[in-house]
Amino acid sequence: MPKITYIEHDGAQHTVEAELGSTVMETALRNDIASIVAECGGSCTCATCLVHVDEKWFAVVGPPSSDEEEQLDAAFEVKPTSRLSCQIKVTETLDGLIVHTPAYQGR
Amino acid sequence: MSDTIKTDVLIIGAGPIGLFAVFELGLLDIKAHLVDILDKVGGQCAELYPEKPIYDIPGIPVITGHGLTDALMQQIKPFGPTFHLGEMVTTLEKIGDPLFRLRTDGGKTFEAKCVAIAAGGGSFQPKRPPIQGIEPYEEKSVFYAVRKMEAFRGKRLLVVGGGDSALDWTLNLQPIAQRLTLVHRRDEFRGAPDSVNKMRALVAAGSMDLKIGQVTALEGADGKLAACSVKGGDGALARIEVDAMLPFFGLTMKLGPVADWGLKMEDELIPADTGTFETSIPGLFAIGDINTYPGKLKLILSGFHEAALMAQKAHRYVYPEKKLVFQYTTSSTSLQKKLGVA
Repeated sequence: MPKITYIEHDGAQHTVEAELGSTVMETALRNDIASIVAECGGSCTCATCLVHVDEKWFAVVGPPSSDEEEQLDAAFEVKPTSRLSCQIKVTETLDGLIVHTPAYQGR
Repeated sequence: MSDTIKTDVLIIGAGPIGLFAVFELGLLDIKAHLVDILDKVGGQCAELYPEKPIYDIPGIPVITGHGLTDALMQQIKPFGPTFHLGEMVTTLEKIGDPLFRLRTDGGKTFEAKCVAIAAGGGSFQPKRPPIQGIEPYEEKSVFYAVRKMEAFRGKRLLVVGGGDSALDWTLNLQPIAQRLTLVHRRDEFRGAPDSVNKMRALVAAGSMDLKIGQVTALEGADGKLAACSVKGGDGALARIEVDAMLPFFGLTMKLGPVADWGLKMEDELIPADTGTFETSIPGLFAIGDINTYPGKLKLILSGFHEAALMAQKAHRYVYPEKKLVFQYTTSSTSLQKKLGVA
């Protein structure tokens, strides 16, 4: 199974196994990473599962869709590599992925 | 002080579960009023995912949040519920056995024999931008809603956001503001195309400013904003002198006043009895996403079931002298009469 590393705002690191076909958001919830809120449960409507994809990984993960871009408008401290983790599907190519989680998701 | 509104059951939250509760109560001749902080019914179905498909409503292969809300409104029409939208229940006190007095932030007072809390994830409230030291400015020079437009006449305003709220208030306030600046993180807007065009025309005419970037810091003393720092997409910082800032980043769910009502709570959820969905306080029920019990699933279909059982127990409080005989809508003429089909 691919491994994903979440680096929280305070520096805490969690490297966890991710199920293929699940999302980076679901993997965070399964592993109790509290800085991912996911209020809407993964329907790309709340912007509370924001992550900043590690610069080295952004090209692999790719840019947000236009729907997701719209949701990013309601997020904070959005960076060029920011994504909503519910919209990143786990694939073999993401093995080793590093994402940074923000201090605040709007609630 | 307004007159007290008396009702059998007050339902807090007009999401799908609050709406269906009207149906289950109505079949038992129990009248209900509903209060919701949103200005529309449907709760999360209306606010979070109106156009998203839901696949797990029994018997309905697919329906949108909006579609489900509409269907529920049609289903409960025979029972004539009264809605109090755009209001939040702030206080609840037990004044009888059971009888509750509730007040809203809109100044209304209710007396209800029973209360059903169907508040989902809590009340939708504006997202607060994570700008350090924003709190002292809130409600003094930082506003998440516009109550009186006149308060902004002749002021230098900073509106933040890229959706319809930000655009609508930009267009409404621009004519009366001394100067209005709209700040958005990218040069694309998800609001109605007509509003975007109007805004762009005002910018082109030099009647307002558009700044692409994110607000990073506030300046000013005693809650009075003097200037905002905006970090542009290129990383450059700009300082904009303003009298007020209006951030529109959408809504998020917060538990709100429920926590102060003397209920036993577990992780911001209300434990409920699985036979009646009554809380630790007799006559006070919790249904839908806001409750918890062993095996709880936050599913609309679970909330529907909870509403049905709640209604059975509420009947005992509303009609203590009447024996409740369980009936089916398929075969009961009396239920069909209530539904207006017999």
